[in-house]
Amino acid sequence: MDETTAVVGSPVPRTDGLAKACGSAQFLDDLNIDGCWIGGTVRAQVPRGKLREIRLDPSFDWGRVVLVTARDLPGINAVSMIRDDYPALADLLISFPTQAVALVAAPDQETLGEALAAVSLDVEELPPILTVEDSIACTQVIWGENNIMDEYSIASGNAAEAFETADLIVEGTYRTKHQEHVYLETQGMAALPGEDGSLEVIGSMQCPYYVHSALVKALGFPPEKVRVRQTVTGGAFGGKEDYPSILGLHAALLALKSGRPVKMVYDRKEDLLCTTKRHPSVIRHRTGVKKDGTLTAAEIDIVLDGGAFTTMSKVVLSRSILHATGCYFIPHVSVRARAVATNTPPNGAYRGFGVPQSNFAIERHMDRIAEALGMDPLDLRKKNLLKNGSSFPYGQVLDEGMSAELVLDKVVEMSGYREKRRLFDEENRKNPFFRKGIGLSLGLHGGGFTGSGEETISGSASVRVTGGGKVEVLVSSVEMGQGASTVLPMIAAETLGLDLESVVHHVPDTSVVPNSGPTVASRTTMYVGKTVQDACISLVEQMAEKAAELEEFAGKRFSFDKGAFTAGGNDRIPFFDMAKRLASFPGILSATVQYRPIPGFSWDEASYTGDAYKAYAWIADVVEVEVDMDTFEIMPRKAYISAEMGKAISPVLAEGQIEGGSLQAFGYAYLEDVGMKNGSYTAAHLNQYLIPTTLDTPDFSVDLQEVPFSWGPYGAKGLGELPMDSGAPALVAAVGHAAGVFPEEIPVAGEYLHSLLRGKKQERKAGEK
Amino acid sequence: MKRDVHFILNGKPVTFSVEPRTTLLRALREYGVTSVKRGCEEGECGTCTVVIDDLAQKSCMVLALEAEGKSVLTVEGLVGPKGELHPIQQAFVDEGAIQCGFCTPGMIMSAYAFLRKTPDPTEEEIRVALAGNLCRCTGYIPIFRAVHKAAAVMRELGHIPGRAR
Repeated sequence: MDETTAVVGSPVPRTDGLAKACGSAQFLDDLNIDGCWIGGTVRAQVPRGKLREIRLDPSFDWGRVVLVTARDLPGINAVSMIRDDYPALADLLISFPTQAVALVAAPDQETLGEALAAVSLDVEELPPILTVEDSIACTQVIWGENNIMDEYSIASGNAAEAFETADLIVEGTYRTKHQEHVYLETQGMAALPGEDGSLEVIGSMQCPYYVHSALVKALGFPPEKVRVRQTVTGGAFGGKEDYPSILGLHAALLALKSGRPVKMVYDRKEDLLCTTKRHPSVIRHRTGVKKDGTLTAAEIDIVLDGGAFTTMSKVVLSRSILHATGCYFIPHVSVRARAVATNTPPNGAYRGFGVPQSNFAIERHMDRIAEALGMDPLDLRKKNLLKNGSSFPYGQVLDEGMSAELVLDKVVEMSGYREKRRLFDEENRKNPFFRKGIGLSLGLHGGGFTGSGEETISGSASVRVTGGGKVEVLVSSVEMGQGASTVLPMIAAETLGLDLESVVHHVPDTSVVPNSGPTVASRTTMYVGKTVQDACISLVEQMAEKAAELEEFAGKRFSFDKGAFTAGGNDRIPFFDMAKRLASFPGILSATVQYRPIPGFSWDEASYTGDAYKAYAWIADVVEVEVDMDTFEIMPRKAYISAEMGKAISPVLAEGQIEGGSLQAFGYAYLEDVGMKNGSYTAAHLNQYLIPTTLDTPDFSVDLQEVPFSWGPYGAKGLGELPMDSGAPALVAAVGHAAGVFPEEIPVAGEYLHSLLRGKKQERKAGEK
Repeated sequence: MKRDVHFILNGKPVTFSVEPRTTLLRALREYGVTSVKRGCEEGECGTCTVVIDDLAQKSCMVLALEAEGKSVLTVEGLVGPKGELHPIQQAFVDEGAIQCGFCTPGMIMSAYAFLRKTPDPTEEEIRVALAGNLCRCTGYIPIFRAVHKAAAVMRELGHIPGRAR
């Protein structure tokens, strides 16, 4: 697939740019819904307890509002995700402080506020589990039999034996905290009951069919009575994978009880305090190495804090363990991974999905091994890279597209890493109060669902020609800023030989679009894009075949090339002209195709071995920082990034993913902290939960490498999550280099840096004595 | 009790009837000017930024009544009479400065007020001018590029197109 392309790879502006620049793009809260009430939530306030009674203040006129409790649920009391353990509303038991207990709908904000204040809860508090350590120790059993939601293990070779022959064993424990998405549009859903007993739920979301399925289960509605439609979505980053099912169900319950539309849009405080976050992690590494830096054996133990209920923890954990050894080949590996329950808000999907945690740990650990051996971190990495033909600990071997070395070499060249590392050391000796540091990291990300996930969901895509002379792409993949409404039409336009202006992405609406799966897992371009391409090919094939039935073309055999049907000689009929001629044949101008399993890959869920992903994307970061040694302020100055993603369908959007994702990773590394107190987050405002501003942004140099993936659309692999995986360890390594300490936790906030420096000072003093 | 406030909105005189405690953000949205976004309502995110008499202001931190007699400009007001984009809007579209689009109107208004005063800015000046507008998608880099490009176009045109000033 190396012929030149016209649309793919070209710098076309995004299809939704104009409306967004003019302010005419309407997000959920911008829509004026007739007769709409607003909904609010009564929350538990305690981490664990028995709910004895929901008390309603009799002095409030309850006729003015609608109240919903667990008793009003017509179907199962669960927000169906991977499991059905997450109650839509707490019934007898309270499991985390911001758990929803009751819902209220009111005609206006003032009445809603009064009503919410008139509800009180009678709760018998129970001792909570607030840390993963207590959860594993089972000081209280709060989930299942032993608090362990999910557990996986992977083994290759014989790690125990291999440790005995290692020259050196290096150990380390690495910790990461929660991360909040801070999509700038907060969570919002609205439910509109129909007169015929149907229900429409609209809002800001990634996965219309997830919401649909959760509604059908909890409401006990037949699937065809529920319609879910996405509204313009102001950022998501995984945060709108799971939570819209909860909020959508809440809005639906209020709408059904009140018989009128109900909208629920969280304010920033409620969004920060109540919605899902990235799972905190504790990851222990023990690694055997030879003196020359060759890694021989690894034992890894991963613990993720799942929070009170499963949401996506099972699959986050799966991706975490499969990426545990990062971009390195280690012959003997033993990994155990557990997701455990705590009485804290359930953690969920966030860009990277378990990989930022495991990659932080392995990348920091590589720095630690380098330090122990007195090697440069770059040389240690180069010695142990996965290459074409190397095997992953779960047995997968790929003979193409293993690009760790490619991106690493490129980023080292771009950044001048070696010279700067030496130069900064010299400069820091001269100016010990304001220091410079440089660090590097690698990352990989398996595109699409893990194992046979893509085969299981087996998503569909449709294309159809409209009366207005356009081609519509119908998929459930949403535009949330990442560019799906541009990239998918680009793929269709390229395949059909049309201009991008002729192709539009239909609004994801479960009553119209087929289920192409959720908009997650860096799968939209790679898998849905491929299915869109297949649907386009199907469309022109059936059109060509049908053309032979037209009187004017009787008996001719058409083929399709560069936007036109040709049948030898002078017969060259442009796509839309042919579409007009075929308009009277029913069904001929639309095609639906289901994902076609890629041959040659297999996965065994029981033994957790095989081809975990069909292709991986690769990234290398070099980050330069300055550290003020008086104030412990960290300033990222430069970021050099090389990424290999198969093919950049839209180079502008691909760079945007890399820069934006990297800045989120940098924020994760040194700024972002939800704070925890008695099971609740303490950061209730954006002046407490800090994300990078323009002033915290380093200069970026981004390099895109393309090693086409044979089965991807025009060679594309997944990209969206990749930059989130690698940014944090590079930045932290740079801080460590500058300050002369070894951070093993993120965020590397000022207090933590201070404590590391104080520890070092005390060590030195002890040494002098 | 509601009170009337009279001001110029995107070049046209308007009168809103508001409760005195109503913020300009809420009043504008109620009036249908929904480009002005409610991202935090605490003055932290900048998605509600409008230009009031040449100054970029977070409209959630301004009472509607404070707009009395002033000129308020939102991103709708930058669009020309035939729907033509202002050079800043065009540059945002062209340079990949827009992803989810939620921060975009506020970001553009901050850039607009800034470029009126600083027609030939350095990148450092752009960063400082936009420090009150959060973006979680782009990493800001294409936004800096767009503002630079818009500045060049505006200098070349020698004036700022569009009906509102």
